[in-house]
Amino acid sequence: MNFVYERFLGGKSGAIAIGVLALLILVVLPLALDLFRLNLVGKYLTYAFAAVSLVLLWGYGGILSLGQGIFFGLGGYAMAMFLKLEASDPESTSIQTTPGIPDFMDWNQLTELPWFWIPFESFTFTLIAILLVPSIFAFIIGYSMFKRRVGGVYFAIITQVIAVILTVLIVGQQGFTGGINGITDLRTLNGWDIRADSSKYILYFINAILLLGVIMVSKFILTSKLGQLLLAMKDKEDRVRFSGYDVSNFKIFVFCVSAVIAAIGGAMFTLQVGFMSPSFVGIVPSIEMVIFAAVGGRMSLVGVVYGTLLVNYGKTAFSETFPELWLFLMGGLFIAVVMFFPNGLAGIYNKYAPKVKFLKPLFDKPVQSEKKSATKIESEATTEGAK
Amino acid sequence: MSYFSRRKFLGKTGALLSAMVAAGFITSSAMAADYPTAEVNTTGLAVTDDTVTVGILHSLTGTMAISETGAQEAEKLAIKQINESGGILGRQIEIIQEDGASDWPTFAEKSRKLLVNDNVAAVFGCWTSASRKAALPVFEKENGLLYYPTFYEGLEQSKNVIYTGQEATQQILAGLDWVAEEKGAKTFYLIGSDYIWPRTSMKIARIHIEKVLGGKVVGEEYKPLGDTQFGSVINKIRLKKPDVIFAAVVGGSNVAWFKQLNAAGITADKQTLLTLSVTEDEVLGIGGENLEGFYSVMKYFQSQDNPNNVAFVKAFKEMHGEDSVIGDVTQAAYLGPWLWKAAVEKAGSFDVDKVVAASEEGDIELTTAPEGYVKLHPNHHLWSKTRIGKWNKDGQAEVVYTSDLIEPNPFPEGYQ
Repeated sequence: MNFVYERFLGGKSGAIAIGVLALLILVVLPLALDLFRLNLVGKYLTYAFAAVSLVLLWGYGGILSLGQGIFFGLGGYAMAMFLKLEASDPESTSIQTTPGIPDFMDWNQLTELPWFWIPFESFTFTLIAILLVPSIFAFIIGYSMFKRRVGGVYFAIITQVIAVILTVLIVGQQGFTGGINGITDLRTLNGWDIRADSSKYILYFINAILLLGVIMVSKFILTSKLGQLLLAMKDKEDRVRFSGYDVSNFKIFVFCVSAVIAAIGGAMFTLQVGFMSPSFVGIVPSIEMVIFAAVGGRMSLVGVVYGTLLVNYGKTAFSETFPELWLFLMGGLFIAVVMFFPNGLAGIYNKYAPKVKFLKPLFDKPVQSEKKSATKIESEATTEGAK
Repeated sequence: MSYFSRRKFLGKTGALLSAMVAAGFITSSAMAADYPTAEVNTTGLAVTDDTVTVGILHSLTGTMAISETGAQEAEKLAIKQINESGGILGRQIEIIQEDGASDWPTFAEKSRKLLVNDNVAAVFGCWTSASRKAALPVFEKENGLLYYPTFYEGLEQSKNVIYTGQEATQQILAGLDWVAEEKGAKTFYLIGSDYIWPRTSMKIARIHIEKVLGGKVVGEEYKPLGDTQFGSVINKIRLKKPDVIFAAVVGGSNVAWFKQLNAAGITADKQTLLTLSVTEDEVLGIGGENLEGFYSVMKYFQSQDNPNNVAFVKAFKEMHGEDSVIGDVTQAAYLGPWLWKAAVEKAGSFDVDKVVAASEEGDIELTTAPEGYVKLHPNHHLWSKTRIGKWNKDGQAEVVYTSDLIEPNPFPEGYQ
């Protein structure tokens, strides 16, 4: 029990933070919001998966990926392919030239299902694919880059380019992918209507619980030796390498983990929103995900969830109230965050909350522990380097 | 006084009635009493004793904002005119506007917001097929009513959508027939942006050229959306020397496409070009000098000379500025609120099912549409005339051909 407490929740302050978040998304929001707004929050929380993945990768690993949309998209498309096949039974597509294939294939003069679509008739395969395809893809990208010690801004640019390539591919191969329209009009999951009100609630809770689970697993990774090594690599990569660690393997691992997390978010997105399109794969969504992480605080697994919720709430609220001005307001928000709160919401909390008397007991030593351990490794490395 | 009067009700029954309508409140109070809220709204829509709320959903930001601005301005103009003439069933129309932000999922989200949260009685909006496809499941699930203004690929007929633009066969077949007859065209080069609308349009065009006109397609090419490199296509066109270039290039690519054609010396005096995707709005970006002498096939051109259109253009410019131009989609968007008004008054109710049922009877017509007479077909599309416009340097087109009234056929047999 103590192990779980220390490692998965991250001690007292971590447990309180996760507990408050769980209370908010599992109890407060479902009670306070109507179904439409709750569904929106559910959509935002799927973006939070990508933001959490960036805490691991960027916040701790120091690897800025501007291509998390790739993995979000892969997960989302895998789920969408399954749902689309289920929605395209011969009966409901009888108006087409070739009944039984998705409508966009018929519009593009395809007469049979492409081979790579066929396995997606199985739900089990789809679930495995959602986890496996992004991690294999991330492994290939990571292996070819980190082994060659490509990092920093070059890594960011390459991931961004891959995001563009994937978008162009999806848009161009519209007979196989639905093109710019995406895969739309998804209805049921194994016969269960995902558009019904009750399913919206169920999906919301599945999504929220998955998110909390992902946060705890991430916490586990970060409180392990691997997490400390990541932080050390971020600060002084060469010292870690000189200490005998194979830096690239750790990087590849964390890149794969972050890809899987983003993909789970993508799959949940498709389920809750009811379609998937290339507009979630490209540069803009990928950069938005980085913004969510930056606003929330890239070193805080829980903070980025609030960051995601705040930015998206702002987007929705501003655009509803000021349909012609909202982009400027969003721009202002980002500038303010970067200028005044470089560590995001989590930074504000960590800086000011301990000074508030009644919040003080919530903080205990572990607040400092991450930093300490990082400096410890660093100082070890320094001494080794000095030898 | 409105340009469109519902024939039975307002008709042309003289100055007295007109004066009453102009006074607004007389008719509105009289009519609202005739239609108690409990009767005209049994499905919980946003209808009060003197107002009814509708939604406008277009992109105000992002890449599509340039194209969609005209449509939403036209919808606002139509609603303003309807309000000035007494509203609908004695109720003034109130607008809730949302920004689709050129982002398809946002269209779905905002549609849901308008239908579920705001309970709007109808939505005027969407522009691209992608945004319509994203919003469509929401409208079907929540039983909303969408008036969609853009000419599009067809292959769709939803209970919850009224399509006020032309479907592909209406626009394409008449255009091809004209160019075959007038220019004696036998060989065609097809080029479009790579997405569903140009692909479907070219599929229809190819079948019509080969099977009906007995012509030949000498090349068919699709460029990615946003692509600006047309050099290789232009070289191929030079090589093949087609009688007609038949084009459906959209968005930013359009500007590059016509400028490069011009730079390569392919101009109207040597080459016939017929495009499906250039309206007055696009000409602003492309520049009239790059288009001079080329042809567009549309159902509406701003230069159309009839009393309805003259009044429409004048009112539009008064509301939105002297420099504004009006393209095909803008005019089609303007029809939306009027068609809705006619259907609601016919049904005597705002309930979506009743309005749709009234629309499907096939006798809703607008005698005073800027484009000329249109009638709503039971298949939710409009009977309309197709026109060919020849572009001038000043960005206006001269209408050189007007077809008969064409029946809409979103699922054309033999063309799929």
